[in-house]
Amino acid sequence: MSFLEMVVFPFSYPFMVRGLLAAVIVGIVCSVIGCYVVLRGMAFLGSAVAHSILPGLAVGFLVEGQDDRRGLFWWALGTSVFVALGVGAISRRGRIREDSAIGIVFAGMFALGIALISTVRGFAVDLVHFLFGNVLAVTAWDLAVIGAFGGAILLLVGLFYKEFLVISFDPTLGRTQRLPVRLYQNLLLILMALTVAVSLQTVGVGLMLAMLVTPPSAALLLTRRLPMMMAASAGIGALSGLIGLYVSFYVGIASGAAIVLVATGLFLVLLAVSLVRSRRRHAFPANDGRDAFTAG
Amino acid sequence: MRAADRRTRPLARWFGLQWPSVGSCRAMHDVQAPGRARSGVEHAACCPALRFQHVSAEYHGVPALEQITLSLDVGKRLAVVGPNGAGKSTFLALAAGLLAPANGTIEVFGHAPLAHLCISYLPQRAAVDWRFPVTVFDVVLMARGGRMGPLRRPSRADRQIARDALRTVGIADLASRRIADLSGGQQQRMFVARAFAQQAELVLMDEPLAALDVHSITEILELIDKLSDQGATPVVALHDLGIAGQRFDRVLLLDRQMVGYGSAEDVLSPERLRRAYGSCLRMIETEEGVLMIQDTACSGGHIDELP
Repeated sequence: MSFLEMVVFPFSYPFMVRGLLAAVIVGIVCSVIGCYVVLRGMAFLGSAVAHSILPGLAVGFLVEGQDDRRGLFWWALGTSVFVALGVGAISRRGRIREDSAIGIVFAGMFALGIALISTVRGFAVDLVHFLFGNVLAVTAWDLAVIGAFGGAILLLVGLFYKEFLVISFDPTLGRTQRLPVRLYQNLLLILMALTVAVSLQTVGVGLMLAMLVTPPSAALLLTRRLPMMMAASAGIGALSGLIGLYVSFYVGIASGAAIVLVATGLFLVLLAVSLVRSRRRHAFPANDGRDAFTAG
Repeated sequence: MRAADRRTRPLARWFGLQWPSVGSCRAMHDVQAPGRARSGVEHAACCPALRFQHVSAEYHGVPALEQITLSLDVGKRLAVVGPNGAGKSTFLALAAGLLAPANGTIEVFGHAPLAHLCISYLPQRAAVDWRFPVTVFDVVLMARGGRMGPLRRPSRADRQIARDALRTVGIADLASRRIADLSGGQQQRMFVARAFAQQAELVLMDEPLAALDVHSITEILELIDKLSDQGATPVVALHDLGIAGQRFDRVLLLDRQMVGYGSAEDVLSPERLRRAYGSCLRMIETEEGVLMIQDTACSGGHIDELP
């Protein structure tokens, strides 16, 4: 089999085409929202929201029945938004440290989800899918939902770029500009919750954090400005989805894990590149680190 | 109304992002951004830049400042001094409208602080995430956001104002530098540039001289003078009593309450300083006057502990 055939072959299966589109879209959306997750230090919150979806899914499963996958998606969506806003409100109260508050909600909700699921026979297989994702089971309807929500999330990030930048870099400036800072913070939390919900099927609960954190962190190593960071992050996320799915197809490993491993590999490569560059910068200070690579 | 406004305004309203439209801030600069969406209240010509009347503040029920009454005229430079924990930052937060007073009234140019867009608050440098991927120009341009309103992009005029502000503080050559690569003095000048770009008329600076070398301190003090020359009113929290006495028109001495307010000669008297600083400040009588030795890391002797 030639290289070109190897590239084209997987697409003879419709499920691979759908899976690939889903992986690339999710890679892009997660990576863009992930820039705010990384810069605002919300990584733990993102992971908590992903895990806290479980009881929502379990209730959805009990209410809607096993056959209604579409119903489950709306349950996941509602739960993630509820948890994100709820944890956001608790952590602002200040009585409990933010990370402890998140931890309490995270673990409590996850336990509730497992407890609910353990009452149902035959749910174990689906549970594994939600924990680790199964991008190859993406249906046309799923793809439409991922595309619609993903597009809406990116549109809102673009529309409110200026506001999200201010509340992330200097919320005090936002308040002296009389911006509704709390509103924008909640909007950002909602966008992150929506991202988690639509990405659930691709990478699963357990690996969600990697998609939110790894591509943006890699992008941060080689860019100087937020728009460039978002673009580079989206590129790394999309590439991880694409290569990850090929690896999954040819090596025969779980799709979510393959995507995350590719992203981690890209991060390590870029980390090495940036370390070499900063060492060279120390050796030749006149260069000042402003190579064409970081222009933006 | 421009075509872009017609498209974006209904969307903004749908998100509940419409601000009450009020009058215009007195223009300090010549350049005006056209089609500006938001502006602060009209300044009453009769009124001082800052007026506190019997103001008290508390955090979570714990008093932080009590009984502050003062009036600061437009363009006068105010130094806010006192030991650590004396309420300097609280005072600035009150003036910026970031903290609501527990008691009393605060007026900025005759109106409540929250009505204004022309108050600039410069954070302590330690409070800023310097790894954030923004350039110096990005940070200064952020100052225009408040006047632009939601869903708008910075106009050419906004960019010009930001460039002019960088030139005013003398760091135009650093515009595309990442903020992580700035020295302490450059970081502080960038924030002053942001105040200029915001066309701020009340500029609140929280310890801008902390951890700066002598050369940078001189530069920042010159910029504070420049702000005052252009009609803005700088209010600066700082530790150095010598600088406060020499370079500022008014001094406010705090120790959770107002120990003194007025000219430096009146406020920085040995007796008042002893009340504010307690044992943290040594005063040695010499032939030329009183020599003060200050421990800047000290949190002060509070008045009720004095004999």
